[in-house]
Amino acid sequence: MKLKSLIIAASLAASTATIAQAEGVKVGMITTLSGGGAGLGIDVRDGFMLAIAQSGRDDIEVVIEDDQRKPDVAVQLADRMIQSEQVDVMTGIIWSNLAMAVIPSALAQGQFYLSPNAGPSALAGADCHENYFNVAWQNDNLHEAAGAYSNDAGYANIFILAPNYPAGTDALTGFKRMYEGELAGEVYTQLGQTDYAAEIAQIRASGADSVFFFLPGGMGISFLKQYADSGVDLPVVGPAFSFDQGILQAVGAAALGVHNTSQWSKDIENETNAAFVESFQAEYGRLPSLYASQGFDTANLLISALEVADVDDADAFRAALEAANFDSTRGDFAFASNHHPIQDIYVREVIQEGDVFTNKIIGTALTDHSNAYVDQCSM
Amino acid sequence: MSLLLFIEQTLNGLQFGVMLFLMAAGLTLVFGVMGLINLAHGSLYMIGAFAAAAVAGATGSFLLALVASFVCAAFAGVLIEFFVIRRLYDRDHLDQVLATFALILIFSEATRWVFGSFPLFLDKPDWLSGTVMLPFGIEYSLYRLAIIGVGLVVAVGLFWMISKTRIGIRIRAGENDREMIGALGVNISLLYTFVFALGAALAGLAGALVGAIQSVQVGMGEPVLILAFVVIVIGGIGSIKGALIGAILVGLTDTLGRSMLPSFFGLFLEPSSAMSLGASLSSMSIYLLMIGVLLFRPKGLFGGV
Amino acid sequence: MRKETICNAALLFGLLAFPLWAWVTDEPFLITLTTRAIVFAIAGVGLNFALGFGGLVSLGHAAFFGLGGYVMGVLAFHAQTYTSVMDWPFVISGTKSMPIIWLVTIILSAVLAVGIGALSLRTSGVYFIMITLAFAQMLFYFTISWSTYGGEDGLSIYVRNGFPGLNTMDPIQYYAICYVVLLMVLAFVFALSRSSFGLALGASRQNEDRIQAVGQVPFRLYLTAFAISGAITGLSGALFADLNRFVSPTMFSWQTSGEIMVFVILGGVGRVFGPVAGAVLFIVLEHLLGGLSEFWHIYLGAILLGVVLFARGGLYGLIAGREVAHD
Repeated sequence: MKLKSLIIAASLAASTATIAQAEGVKVGMITTLSGGGAGLGIDVRDGFMLAIAQSGRDDIEVVIEDDQRKPDVAVQLADRMIQSEQVDVMTGIIWSNLAMAVIPSALAQGQFYLSPNAGPSALAGADCHENYFNVAWQNDNLHEAAGAYSNDAGYANIFILAPNYPAGTDALTGFKRMYEGELAGEVYTQLGQTDYAAEIAQIRASGADSVFFFLPGGMGISFLKQYADSGVDLPVVGPAFSFDQGILQAVGAAALGVHNTSQWSKDIENETNAAFVESFQAEYGRLPSLYASQGFDTANLLISALEVADVDDADAFRAALEAANFDSTRGDFAFASNHHPIQDIYVREVIQEGDVFTNKIIGTALTDHSNAYVDQCSM
Repeated sequence: MSLLLFIEQTLNGLQFGVMLFLMAAGLTLVFGVMGLINLAHGSLYMIGAFAAAAVAGATGSFLLALVASFVCAAFAGVLIEFFVIRRLYDRDHLDQVLATFALILIFSEATRWVFGSFPLFLDKPDWLSGTVMLPFGIEYSLYRLAIIGVGLVVAVGLFWMISKTRIGIRIRAGENDREMIGALGVNISLLYTFVFALGAALAGLAGALVGAIQSVQVGMGEPVLILAFVVIVIGGIGSIKGALIGAILVGLTDTLGRSMLPSFFGLFLEPSSAMSLGASLSSMSIYLLMIGVLLFRPKGLFGGV
Repeated sequence: MRKETICNAALLFGLLAFPLWAWVTDEPFLITLTTRAIVFAIAGVGLNFALGFGGLVSLGHAAFFGLGGYVMGVLAFHAQTYTSVMDWPFVISGTKSMPIIWLVTIILSAVLAVGIGALSLRTSGVYFIMITLAFAQMLFYFTISWSTYGGEDGLSIYVRNGFPGLNTMDPIQYYAICYVVLLMVLAFVFALSRSSFGLALGASRQNEDRIQAVGQVPFRLYLTAFAISGAITGLSGALFADLNRFVSPTMFSWQTSGEIMVFVILGGVGRVFGPVAGAVLFIVLEHLLGGLSEFWHIYLGAILLGVVLFARGGLYGLIAGREVAHD
């Protein structure tokens, strides 16, 4: 130990000099940029960097690393960012299982974490933390909205399905929390399943009047294509994940007319959103997705807090984040006491604009919606 | 569960099995003739689907897309056979597993590099859309029936090729005694390239056919690859007949397990835990089937000696 | 032979010197990275015992790696929440003590390996490869839907488990633990490969008929080797989970089995120290290539392919010559 403290003492003078020089903020972004599901991480990154560029601030340094969607890699990167890069704020994780691997221990080491996507219930309830902010949603939110919308649409006997893993069971629980009618059936599919003939046959035989599904990524594409081809023509509701700009083109006409719930849409009418959609398209040559809007909002929240507080003054910085004093692409935006958004959630319909499939808002499912875990959080 | 639903689910299981057969046929052929474990077979499936999506996007013709998937996958097959696989025939399985694992990494990321990270669009043609009425009033997807048809045609074609044609005789001879048929003046390396390309082309065709009702994305090949391996191991490696029967067994087990286990557990458990337990068990069912078969027939159903 | 011994010594020395240097220069991340390499090396040494010495090509070692992780996760989870693992027929409570976790892991992994081995060893060749894969896949799907312990989200353990007299949260101290475990495992495997059991196993791999003729039962030899191999890989899984303070079903995935196999082959099959060199090389590649490009898997694949095609015998074969010491 002596040797080490000697060397540290010797190098202290030099290092204080460098700290004084670099007075900016260092942001550590761990997100998925390679392998399956890379599209979501790339959108979050692009949205985030667009906001940073537009702010014109050159004192924000963003370190971006690829977690390959592997929890152990994400943990390793987090260690590196905290121990070696000494970042001030962390962000970027897409998937709940990676979030649960990284965020609790990052918070325990004194980091601020701004989640642009993953919102597992543990982090909203019992394990909530003063330095953890979720800018996107609590994971159940869109499913709750789908449940509320099903009531409004007059569905009374719905068939619900989701993959058999925690996010899937959470989805069905979230849906049932708001939905008031009967269930014609409840099915858990295999994670990564590609063929849904058996489930569609069950839907047909169940006598349901509508279908709710949560099947993110490729699973949703497969389900929608096969459903459209099955001759079953019950109305379908789902959360926005399967109807996002990135994958909608791959589903094609099979998704036309389907209703889905989302806290963002490119046709939300406010100045920030219009400017965001236009500048994103100009910069990257594609329409922004839900995830891009979340990355964009996360960066703007960060910038708004940095303008009034120094990141080294944790209490002031936290208060500045809690104020959420930024122009969100979603319009009104505030944090609940457990640092998850209070926001409107819309119902969208899939439409075709020329060659491009996209969404149009047709109504509001939930207004100023918070989340079910606020009471479990002791903050 | 009503009888009608049971019949429909059985049909679904058959159809899923035939889809698996398309994938497994090439795998088992390559293993039977060359003794090669090819983990990159799933990548060829992916190449087929991407080629089809690209061509369908450019020309709008589904038939051209199918041709493209067949040709591109065959071409990719010839390339990797020539540069990589050729050097692996006399190696042990370990080297083959590792080299083809490396090929998966290369192909997946290269595809993502070329086509981007988002799934591509590929749809069935209009003339195969919609449903038809089967006896007993079962409404069934026309496209799925067409897949069953193609699968059966491929099965019959392979049987015919292997048992009746000159090339089939050589393939069978090659399975039995490689040195001898080389000594008899058959160009072994050309034969191997042909068989590998044929296996690749079948995988590519399967990718395109299945891609039209699923999601064309990077990494689509690996889950199917593992299922296809389960199929050929159950059927007995190298046997086309085994692959067909294994595929149908796996298809039926998976589909019927998925649809019936949860309601079975529902008889004595509360609904949501029955659902979840049934779903977990059904995702393990095909592996249980495979272990069961191997316990009684360590070389699969039609594995021979 | 001598050359190989020099390589072994250099490797062990390097694995001692590098983290110390990182510690002195205050680069804790490099220590963590080396710990990862060490833990993977232990997993590889485990697989190598079945694969290199016994000729059993298992593509299902993720089953043991994951089991080790979950033993750690489940025991620590219950200790953390002050609940018991089970109450009937007798009470088992959780623990945060590493030695106890290791002991439980080794026993359970060996038991699982005997179970899987007894069924799988009835087959051979590709059938063996695929049946071991099938067992690991079953565990993978089981844990994904096992909601008690987090399902696909996995289990987070906020503080590393304890080891008497050490602060395990300090990277260099946890590294020391893993390094010593690696040394013990290497010594054990080395001794075993020179024992009469090891010699009989090697002989059986090369010629089963002869070994039967001298009164040994190959099945029993293989099963013992598989159990030892599984226990070692299981132990590495427990260490890996503690390193990350997290377990998830990813540890059971077939890609994990593939990666463990990659360590063995990169380093050199059938050499006691081979997997150590392989795991270190893999981590270095992952670290360097990952910084180069988003598409670094292409380079990784190309390098792997090169090793298989042109550098048979892996890194050790390249440096220390073709001869495998025990042949």
